[in-house]
Amino acid sequence: MVLALQSYSGFSRFQAEGAIATVVVLSVTRELGPVLAGLMVAGRIGAAMAAEIGTMRVTEQIDALSTLSTNPFKYLVAPRLIAGTTMLPLLVLVADIIGVFGGFLVSVYRLDFNPSSYITRTWEFLEPVDVISGLVKAAVFGFVISLMGCYFGYKSRGGAQGVGQATTNAVVAASILILVFNYLITGIFFSDK
Amino acid sequence: MTDTPKIALRNVHKRFGPKVVLNGIDLEVGRGESLVVIGGSGTGKSVMLKCILGLLHPDTGSIKVDGEETTRLGSREREKLLHKFGMLFQGAALFDSIRVWENVAFGLIQGEHMPRAKAKDIAMAKLGAVGLTPEVGELYPAELSGGMQKRVALARAIADEPEIIFFDEPTTGLDPIMADVINELIVKCVKDLGATAVTITHDMASARKIADRIAMIYQGRIIWTGHAKDIDASGNAHVDQFVHGRAEGPIQMQIRAL
Repeated sequence: MVLALQSYSGFSRFQAEGAIATVVVLSVTRELGPVLAGLMVAGRIGAAMAAEIGTMRVTEQIDALSTLSTNPFKYLVAPRLIAGTTMLPLLVLVADIIGVFGGFLVSVYRLDFNPSSYITRTWEFLEPVDVISGLVKAAVFGFVISLMGCYFGYKSRGGAQGVGQATTNAVVAASILILVFNYLITGIFFSDK
Repeated sequence: MTDTPKIALRNVHKRFGPKVVLNGIDLEVGRGESLVVIGGSGTGKSVMLKCILGLLHPDTGSIKVDGEETTRLGSREREKLLHKFGMLFQGAALFDSIRVWENVAFGLIQGEHMPRAKAKDIAMAKLGAVGLTPEVGELYPAELSGGMQKRVALARAIADEPEIIFFDEPTTGLDPIMADVINELIVKCVKDLGATAVTITHDMASARKIADRIAMIYQGRIIWTGHAKDIDASGNAHVDQFVHGRAEGPIQMQIRAL
């Protein structure tokens, strides 16, 4: 929605308001959906994973798992990696839909665009690769978030302070890696354009 | 004893950075024996147990279980070896996201892939063996008192009838009556299973009750072993000081002046 407003204020100077629908859909599906969802999930889920596994570590629950002949990697880490990798793309798909719909609402009700031409313009320039690249990013971000959460949680030491430190490290590392991977994946998908 | 010892440690060393924790541990535990290891805080008792379990790797030395070297086992072989072990952790270490009975049945369901219904029956029976009712089985660990958590942890340690059970300070943090209940449960469970038990504790009342044999660890070495009944006539000044809990003696606590 903000994107639509901002684009309008900028594009109207060049009489290019017609491009707003395209700008919104491409920005949301390629970049904003996966990156913003990734950063939010890093703060929410990555931190929760680090805190949970970290607490299990400092209260000897992970040692208890091992003595009960259960591999902690298989039991604790693998399901979280799979969940992160598969669920974040679904969340990004929802974010894409909401983002584009928000842009539509602002454009139609605030900026007086024609609804059908807005939708036409949205579809016209949208290619499968725009959505797919966003979903690939989401899968990678989901993996990175879970991996950082599990890694820092697993390595935490020394009680409540150690768990707090692990949580901070997991969120910071995941956020930085999301931005790095975002650049790399964008390079892979769109370097020839 | 001509039998192969159930557990044998030879010259085990472990250090964390500059801090030497185990400094050449030699220890044997016979089949079906209950050994209690006593020693002050930070003398390496827990680290020794964790080295035997493979949760920590000793820097040098040999650890044999049933005559088989275990220090170089791969993760799959280690998993198989751990079927022989049960452990009661100092803080109980119950999984707080699952119910009490699922905690007790955890090793059966995850480790041995037993059907849940059958594992639940066994878990409830084990909870009964430590004096807890089936209703407790449906609660979560956070809803239990410290003493009950220890009993659940004991039920979990004995659930898949291990050959060797480790108890890490089983009575720490409990009132004297509950501590004695736990001691009696330990003696009963170990006797019923015919298991080999290694207990580490500071609590001399607990040590006297549980032990066939007592070993004392000091500065990362075993400095005395003997029968439990000989503990008061050990002839070792370190052991005497520990048993009687005296501040004066050869063991000097490292206290920094404020």
